[in-house]
Amino acid sequence: MSLLNSPDFFQQATIYLGATVLMVPLTKKFGLGSVLGYLIAGMAIGPWGLGLIGQVEEVLHFSEFGVVLMMFLIGLELEPRRLWQLRGTIFGLGGLQVGLTMAAVWALARWAGWPNEVAVVAGMGVAMSSTAIVMQTLNERQLSNSAPGHAAFAILLLQDLAVIPLLMGLALLAPMAGGGFDPLAAARAIGAIVAIGLFGKFLLRPLLRMIAGTGLRELFIAFSLLLVVGVAQLMLSVGLSMALGAFLAGVLLADSEYRHELELDIEPFKGLLLGLFFIAVGMSVNLALVLRDPLTVLALAALALLLKTVLLFPLGRLFKLSTPHALPFALLLSQVGEFAFVLFAEANRLGLLDATRAAQFKAAVVLSMVATPLLLMLYEHRLMPLLVRQAPERPADVIDEQHPVIIAGFGRFGQVVMRLFHGIGQPATIVEHDPNQIDMVRRFGWKAYYGDASRIDILEAAGAARACLLVLALDDPDTVLKIAREVRQRYPELAIVARAHGRSDAADLLELGVEVVRETFGSALIAAELALKRLGHEPYTARRLVWRFRQHDEALLAESLKHRHDRDRLISLMYRGRRDLENLLGAELKRPDEPSEPDWH
Amino acid sequence: MKTLIVYVHPSHRDSRVNQALLDAVRPLPGVTVHSLYHRYPDGFIDTAHEQALLAEHQLIVLQHPLYWFSCPALLKEWLDSVLTRGWAYGHGGNALSGKYLLQAISAGGTDDSYRAGGHNGFALTELLRPFEMTAHLCGLHYLAPFVTHGSRVIEPQALAEQALAYHDHLKALFADPTAQRLDSRESAR
Repeated sequence: MSLLNSPDFFQQATIYLGATVLMVPLTKKFGLGSVLGYLIAGMAIGPWGLGLIGQVEEVLHFSEFGVVLMMFLIGLELEPRRLWQLRGTIFGLGGLQVGLTMAAVWALARWAGWPNEVAVVAGMGVAMSSTAIVMQTLNERQLSNSAPGHAAFAILLLQDLAVIPLLMGLALLAPMAGGGFDPLAAARAIGAIVAIGLFGKFLLRPLLRMIAGTGLRELFIAFSLLLVVGVAQLMLSVGLSMALGAFLAGVLLADSEYRHELELDIEPFKGLLLGLFFIAVGMSVNLALVLRDPLTVLALAALALLLKTVLLFPLGRLFKLSTPHALPFALLLSQVGEFAFVLFAEANRLGLLDATRAAQFKAAVVLSMVATPLLLMLYEHRLMPLLVRQAPERPADVIDEQHPVIIAGFGRFGQVVMRLFHGIGQPATIVEHDPNQIDMVRRFGWKAYYGDASRIDILEAAGAARACLLVLALDDPDTVLKIAREVRQRYPELAIVARAHGRSDAADLLELGVEVVRETFGSALIAAELALKRLGHEPYTARRLVWRFRQHDEALLAESLKHRHDRDRLISLMYRGRRDLENLLGAELKRPDEPSEPDWH
Repeated sequence: MKTLIVYVHPSHRDSRVNQALLDAVRPLPGVTVHSLYHRYPDGFIDTAHEQALLAEHQLIVLQHPLYWFSCPALLKEWLDSVLTRGWAYGHGGNALSGKYLLQAISAGGTDDSYRAGGHNGFALTELLRPFEMTAHLCGLHYLAPFVTHGSRVIEPQALAEQALAYHDHLKALFADPTAQRLDSRESAR
């Protein structure tokens, strides 16, 4: 019977998709990210929850391909050159993390009286973090390209590399399995990697070009999937990690001209399968076992989380992350990863771990995964404000000069303002709250003071009482509004030029009587002007149209302030605004460039 | 009389002459000062806005320095943009008809240099013919220009006197604008 004819298939798909659509928006709304939503949905529909779905193991295996696709996509983003630059972090930071965690868990387990093999297996399992959870969380928070994001990625990559030696080591531990180091297997593994490298370098591109040349989009999608599946299959057959193989294939294609097409095609598959994977993880929590002995499972999970965090935090600091970066980095990687499932199952098969303990371990692993989004939220809402406020290792700099202008925020926005000021010799006091940013701009010869500009005493120290202008160039709209409000009250004489995110932030600031710059408005206008010229309008006409539009839009924004809380009036104002704009721009296009009186020529 | 001073100076802060002149007439009743370079730093003129302003006023003063024997560029752009056909001239274009136009000009050269054979070759009223003709075409009464000569070297004392003279000149115009009409008389000063 074909899969599609089975009523079971549709029923299951309905359950999976329904649970996802129900839970994920809910957890996202509470700022917990999608991962927790999937996990909870899984627990709810799984055999230990409502029991709607039975075959957890199969679903878990199948959906693990989502992780493989994700690693392929990560590889695509990472050119070999950048990977090479990360090598110090990968082997240094990653190696230390895996080694130290294993050692610490082993010592603790031995101290608790566990047998040696169990202690080793537990150490291996705990050392691993969940690539799926960490990368998904980083993406959702747009942190993949941040310093903690890179460090986390380096660790995950090394963990993936460590899988092979760890599984080999496991076989060595088992007295009855005749395993051990097999030179032939090692040669096969190396051979497979070399084969992928050669294939990627010489064959893959012409092949892609040929397939793209057919113009059939489905064929290209099919080939993209075949590529990943094939590589994963090859890696599996020589005993290597599928994810690692997919990652390698991705890196090899990172600088190819088809990178974006591949990304676009694979992305939806990855998204759905990864979601299914998280659901499967949620389903596999043996809730009955947890409830029978909740303290043991909870204690195991808590201990693993605590131990990993305690080890990761100093490692992060050692690798030059600031405290407000190192702590979320440590929490992010503190869960035990999905590799532990494989490891515990393997250890159980080899007789190193009894079934009850394996089930307990597994439940603890899932609990640690569930904890990750919760811990991160706790960090963001409770710990981070404390850290940023107190910044114990770096108190706010003593500001020893006061200028008539204060610039709060020295990122992409504030720097442009400052460079222009510098060009005319206009001094300004700069306050910035990201220590990394300060160190960076100092290297370029700029002086910025470390401090949180949302604190009125810091602004006071920067000379707010005597300054004539405050430029709020911070990127967080809420912070900008808060500062503007307080400064308006405390220093009504101090003029403010503020960076606003969008229209409604701009309106909030305008109501305070602040001069407002919508951060992307200007660049969008420049883009429109370029586009108009491209469309054949004279440069002067294009510039005039943009000027007209801007005038109109700013007037409309000012007028809309009056009706901010009257929705109907606002909508009718917008309609009228659109009509006015058409008339204005239409007149602008017809505008005679010269007086057209015939007898003047 | 409702008076619009269209003030055109690209660097107001550096012009001590025009500052003094402007400050002297600003407090006069019915005077609106409208600075083009402040309002239109981009050089684009809002025609509708300018026309509405002109319609409201009876006496229009163009106050500007003399650049290359003419006005600063933005004032020319203003004339080109604001004096539109069908509004200021041509069929139905009589919005300005019957109003008065005065130029208040600061010039670097001495009074003596503006004459045939002098350093500047022509009398100032000759050089300003395009403005006179523009006014004429729009039905505006073109008044004899109020000129401040030697603006680069003028002594503070003389400048103060000149500012006062500007003030008095406008007041006299409010009383009887026809007395200063260039289009009905031969010459001003």
